[in-house]
Amino acid sequence: MSGGVDSSVAAGLLVEDGHEVVGATMKLWGGASDSGCCSAADVRDARRVCDQLGVEHHVFNFTTEFTASVVEPYVAEHAAGRTPNPCVECNRHLKFGALLERAARLGFAAVATGHHARVERSPGTGRPRLRRGADAAKDQSYVLAALTSAELDRVLFPVGALTKAEVRAFAERRGLATAAKPDSQDVCFVASRAPGGGPSSGRRSFLEDRMELHPGRVLDAATGESLGEVPAVELVTVGQRRGLPAGGRRRRFAVAIDTAARTVVVGDEHDLLAGEVVLTARTWVGDPLPVGARCTVQGSAHGRPVAATSLADRVRFDRPSRRVAPGQLVACYLGDEVVGSGVAC
Amino acid sequence: MRPDPATVPDGPSAYLDHAASTPMRPEAVEAMLPFLAGTFANPSGAHGPSRSARRALDAAREELASVVGCEPDEVVFTSGGTEADNLAVLGAHAGRPGPVLASAVEHRAVLAPVRAVGGTVVPVDARGVVDLDAARELATGARRDGGAVTLASLMAVNSETGVVQPVERFCEAVRAVDGDTLVHCDAAQALAWLDVSAATSRCDLVTLSAHKFGGPKGTGALVVRGRAARVLRPVAHGGGQERELRPGTQNVAGAVAMAVAARLAAAERDATVRRVAALRDRLADGLADAVGALEPAPRALRVAGSCHLRFPGVVGEELVLLADREGVSTSTGSACASGAREPSHVLVAMGWDEASAAQAVRISLGATTTAAEVDHALRVVVRAVRQLRLGAAPAR
Repeated sequence: MSGGVDSSVAAGLLVEDGHEVVGATMKLWGGASDSGCCSAADVRDARRVCDQLGVEHHVFNFTTEFTASVVEPYVAEHAAGRTPNPCVECNRHLKFGALLERAARLGFAAVATGHHARVERSPGTGRPRLRRGADAAKDQSYVLAALTSAELDRVLFPVGALTKAEVRAFAERRGLATAAKPDSQDVCFVASRAPGGGPSSGRRSFLEDRMELHPGRVLDAATGESLGEVPAVELVTVGQRRGLPAGGRRRRFAVAIDTAARTVVVGDEHDLLAGEVVLTARTWVGDPLPVGARCTVQGSAHGRPVAATSLADRVRFDRPSRRVAPGQLVACYLGDEVVGSGVAC
Repeated sequence: MRPDPATVPDGPSAYLDHAASTPMRPEAVEAMLPFLAGTFANPSGAHGPSRSARRALDAAREELASVVGCEPDEVVFTSGGTEADNLAVLGAHAGRPGPVLASAVEHRAVLAPVRAVGGTVVPVDARGVVDLDAARELATGARRDGGAVTLASLMAVNSETGVVQPVERFCEAVRAVDGDTLVHCDAAQALAWLDVSAATSRCDLVTLSAHKFGGPKGTGALVVRGRAARVLRPVAHGGGQERELRPGTQNVAGAVAMAVAARLAAAERDATVRRVAALRDRLADGLADAVGALEPAPRALRVAGSCHLRFPGVVGEELVLLADREGVSTSTGSACASGAREPSHVLVAMGWDEASAAQAVRISLGATTTAAEVDHALRVVVRAVRQLRLGAAPAR
């Protein structure tokens, strides 16, 4: 229970269905941000909702695991010029990792969260399947795409079949303390802004404290000529437009980042297109897709799904599509069902 | 007086978290009732009702003083142990700015104010006993650097492990370096188990906490002996009560109850210690035999109610939760503001790594603990440890 309305309603639905429910908030980060998910105020909100629902509430300290599995990779990926997936890692290692294991040891049958996604059982085999949430705008299947049937077997997503409006309506009807609470948006352990800073200043400030940032040369994709500098090459993301010297009137985007050489290659929209994405660390919910299978892929939490063909070590887009930043998770779907994931090289 | 049945599950239960708090003695409850709505007046007034309240307060003061071995006017009533600790540390430092020492295993109510005044921590050995040589060295070093130690603080009994500290030798050690150093003893966990009067006779400041020995919460005292009174500055300012050291209308009902609880605890202590030690031994031995539970320090060093154990292969926090489902109340470490468990600074100071510290559970018996509770706890904890080691609950 993060202290948000989705997990509050998830708990409420389970209680209504007659399950024996216990609420747990994970303390993952005690650091400077404490403004995103699971801050002290969020813990109080979660506790209040549990009191309202008549269920026990516990707070679990998983800060060590979170630092090791989410924060350190976040920093390391930036240093390597790749895009990290902290929410994916948190789901994999914390919510459906450490927490799931603790729940099993404590004798619980499942862990439920407020994610907008659906787990269903295959009619024949009973194996779990992961589907997008009913509310397309709120679908969170992407951040869950790295889970396998081992975890999904013991997971419930009670609000996945509801729209956000229905979730809020349920919360209001029950008078839950979080009914009108706004959704949290940013990475939970990084403030969106440093005190007195501009947009993205929070991320810069966070990383600055943990790694060295270096200026980088900006090179033109077509000519290779130097167009200028960026103050911190490690902060640039593929596809980024803002903050880059354009060397002209056209819209320029970061196309490739090399932190070792300390360069950023910029090009136009056309240069951002790719025909495929090479994947490592592929995971499958059930059986792997056969080589050559058709699928759709999504390269970011709210990105548009793209028709593609799954090959042994890559996914080939039907049409040139926006390249996926190295390190970013790629979720593979068959229809609205998640079949697996991979990490872009 | 029985615990509220709405808060314990049906069936047998065992409250084994006496180090956190104890139920009030029925005599203490009864003693305080007349002062809630009957003799309710402010003890500082000039009229009859006030005088009645003041007399009761003074009687409580006297009774408490005789239990802890000080003069009545050396007793300063506070809102509890934490306030007393803060008054001792911050008050002494305000009166005589200078280095402050505290053992690494003090309660946070001592360590936090010590840190706030830039104090230093005295290490402990692997059993959690203060390193007297280190204390002497730190005091000598401070003196050499131009400032004799203002205050040195050592608890009588550790709230986590139950280890009894060598308070008297600590007094000797620091005063051998500088006779003016004030010694503070947090005796919050001690009154139930030790003769506090004997243990702290050479201390300048002593903290007492009523709810640790069958008294009410929100009530405690700081014993401020002669020379400490000349140094201590008040932390809060106001109407001048408690010799101007702790202003505010006194909690007469609380003080009365605290004194009764202290008197009874002291009177029954020998018998209680014998009885509870036997129960603790049964529990600790039973858990050692059945599931290999390990103790942090020899029993001879620890108070009778202390059953602090490490369970290899188990996350202590999970054991506490599982035991709770069957009505057995225990504890781990301490909580941060959010309620999440934090690794115990006491175990860390004793040299335990994070993984081992995570396996520890503090089980603490008290004067009201029964054999039936211990039997129930033994069964429940053994079952819980086995379940946790399996990695998952057995299939139902």
